[in-house]
Amino acid sequence: MNILKQREPLLAAMVVLLVVAVGLREPAFLSAGSLANLVTDSTLLVMLALTQMLVIVTRGVDLSVASNLALSGMVAAMLGAHVPGLPLPLIVLAAVAVGLALGLINGWLIGYLELPPIVVTLGTMSVYRGAVFVLSGGAWVSAHQMPASFVAFPLDRLLGLPHLVWIAAATLALMAWIARSTRFGRDLYAIGNAPQCAGYIGIPSRKRLLGTYALSGAVAGLCGYLWVARYAVAYTEIAYGFEFTVIAACVIGGVSIGGGVGTVLGATLGALFLTVIGNALPVLQVSPFWQSALTGLVILVAVLINARGAGRRSRQILPLHGTDAQPKRSAA
Amino acid sequence: MNPTTTMPPEPKSSSRYTILDRETPRLRTLLGRWESLLAMLFIVVFVANSIALPHFLDLYNLLDGTQNFSEKALIALPMALLIICREIDISVAGTLALSSVAMGLAKGAGFPAESLPLVALATGTACGFLNGVLVTRFALPSIVVTIGTVSLYRGLASVVLGDKAFTGYPQLMADWGQGYFFGIVPREFVVLLVCAALFAVLLHTTSWGRRIYAIGNNPEAARFSGIAVDRYRLALFMLTGAMASLAAFLLTGRIGSTRPNIATGWELEVITMVILGGVSIAGGAGTIAGVMLAVLTMGTVTYGLSLANIPGIYMTIVVGVLLLVTIALPKLLRMRRARGA
Repeated sequence: MNILKQREPLLAAMVVLLVVAVGLREPAFLSAGSLANLVTDSTLLVMLALTQMLVIVTRGVDLSVASNLALSGMVAAMLGAHVPGLPLPLIVLAAVAVGLALGLINGWLIGYLELPPIVVTLGTMSVYRGAVFVLSGGAWVSAHQMPASFVAFPLDRLLGLPHLVWIAAATLALMAWIARSTRFGRDLYAIGNAPQCAGYIGIPSRKRLLGTYALSGAVAGLCGYLWVARYAVAYTEIAYGFEFTVIAACVIGGVSIGGGVGTVLGATLGALFLTVIGNALPVLQVSPFWQSALTGLVILVAVLINARGAGRRSRQILPLHGTDAQPKRSAA
Repeated sequence: MNPTTTMPPEPKSSSRYTILDRETPRLRTLLGRWESLLAMLFIVVFVANSIALPHFLDLYNLLDGTQNFSEKALIALPMALLIICREIDISVAGTLALSSVAMGLAKGAGFPAESLPLVALATGTACGFLNGVLVTRFALPSIVVTIGTVSLYRGLASVVLGDKAFTGYPQLMADWGQGYFFGIVPREFVVLLVCAALFAVLLHTTSWGRRIYAIGNNPEAARFSGIAVDRYRLALFMLTGAMASLAAFLLTGRIGSTRPNIATGWELEVITMVILGGVSIAGGAGTIAGVMLAVLTMGTVTYGLSLANIPGIYMTIVVGVLLLVTIALPKLLRMRRARGA
């Protein structure tokens, strides 16, 4: 029974159940091609959720990921469009570098100036999104302007799997290693659990926070290129509002917004879960307008399940009188 | 100091210790206040705009410009209370959209024009109630709950709307959304000023308001000192929902329609207004005056940019930089002072 109390197996079971349930209604959903599509669709969300998980573990939040993604993606697209001879690895590197630089700005403001993460990333989110417009002049970069190899790369196959999946798998392995086996990763959990104590036992919190937001930025930059190349278009509004989806994936995956709690597997499963819902709706011929409402419901239910038992109230010093001890549940 | 010296000479007052009820007013403390800094920023922006832009100081234009921010500012007022109370509501734009859709449905069902604001109010308050119940009864962090409910509310709005839009609202709503008092003062701005005054009185002069600060400073201590913390939180979430629906009423009246993308991204602008206004995201500090000054400053910048024909998206950069600089500057100055000492 112990295994049911853990979040990850439960969540994995829910993902599988959901897939099977949809498959029973619409067997085409269970075909190999459809399932491969599902995995490919989830990759960007998985990668972003993984780094967001590390950020949330430190009691922070990075609201600027989607804007960062849009800006790095636009830089990559414009490089591809305006500098025809540029080899692809350089373009990808440029996108990662832009993302990294933007992440470092966040990290410096949050780590070294000790400003609240939610405020900082709220600010940089607006600035980065505006910068996309300034850079592109509001124009679109569309498929025919980008080099063929640029657009083809994410979905090209290596050993039968698209590059996207390989990249996401590599990110997953890297993050799992960072979170579980490196001093850097363990320090993040310590910082999230008790920021002050982390300082006393000699954890360089500032450096760690800088590193975390830099990592989040670099991955957002990489995803920026992948997003633009995969959908073969770059414009100002790319991935608008995606930051909430990323945070939602983390929350569903059991990452505590209060810091200190979260696993790589949980964040991945959370992202998968949201992707399954997104992909199942058209298959079940539910109108796509339902997607947002269902996502919201799923988030709320997941949070409620996660909070079971965790809702410790303030310590009771004196016993309450009579019937007040158990407040009746009303209007839930 | 030599530890054997006797006690330092006592102060001249008759009692042994004097604790002043409040700080002695000094110019430096007054100037160091966030609100004073904001007021100076506002004046600088205002003067710079009037020098740089020939048509800036036209009274009619200036008053018309207030419509750009009045609805957002109406939501910023309760949001300030929530943030002071250590909570946050990301779902306000979703609540607004849902309230607007509810009005559209009610209009379609033949409700009289006078009842539409009540329909909106009921919807908004219900949305806020759901947020509040989830936060208080299940002890969930409000940021997570409202990230969930914003999808839910906006999703429900888009389920009802599909790819259509509600139009053809009664004249009453256009009167409030686009109308003027005395021919020049936009009604929305008057509504905002009245609400701001009410909120200021509520927050700064009543015990109700003091308790909000107490909760924000230390929720556990507040609970042990007999404040019904959860009841306050629930009430504030409902108030926020209600104010969002008021904004929905005005906005729908102003643009004359309900579209699926109504008020997208407003939650972040509203929160920016509140934080720029000096409300601490950690709770327990902030004033309505500060929020209103931030609103006016942001409004002036937007208005100036639009007069100068600069695209609206530049505004997001300006606001973002403004937010970062205003919170980073005091820190930077303090760091420099500490290093110098």
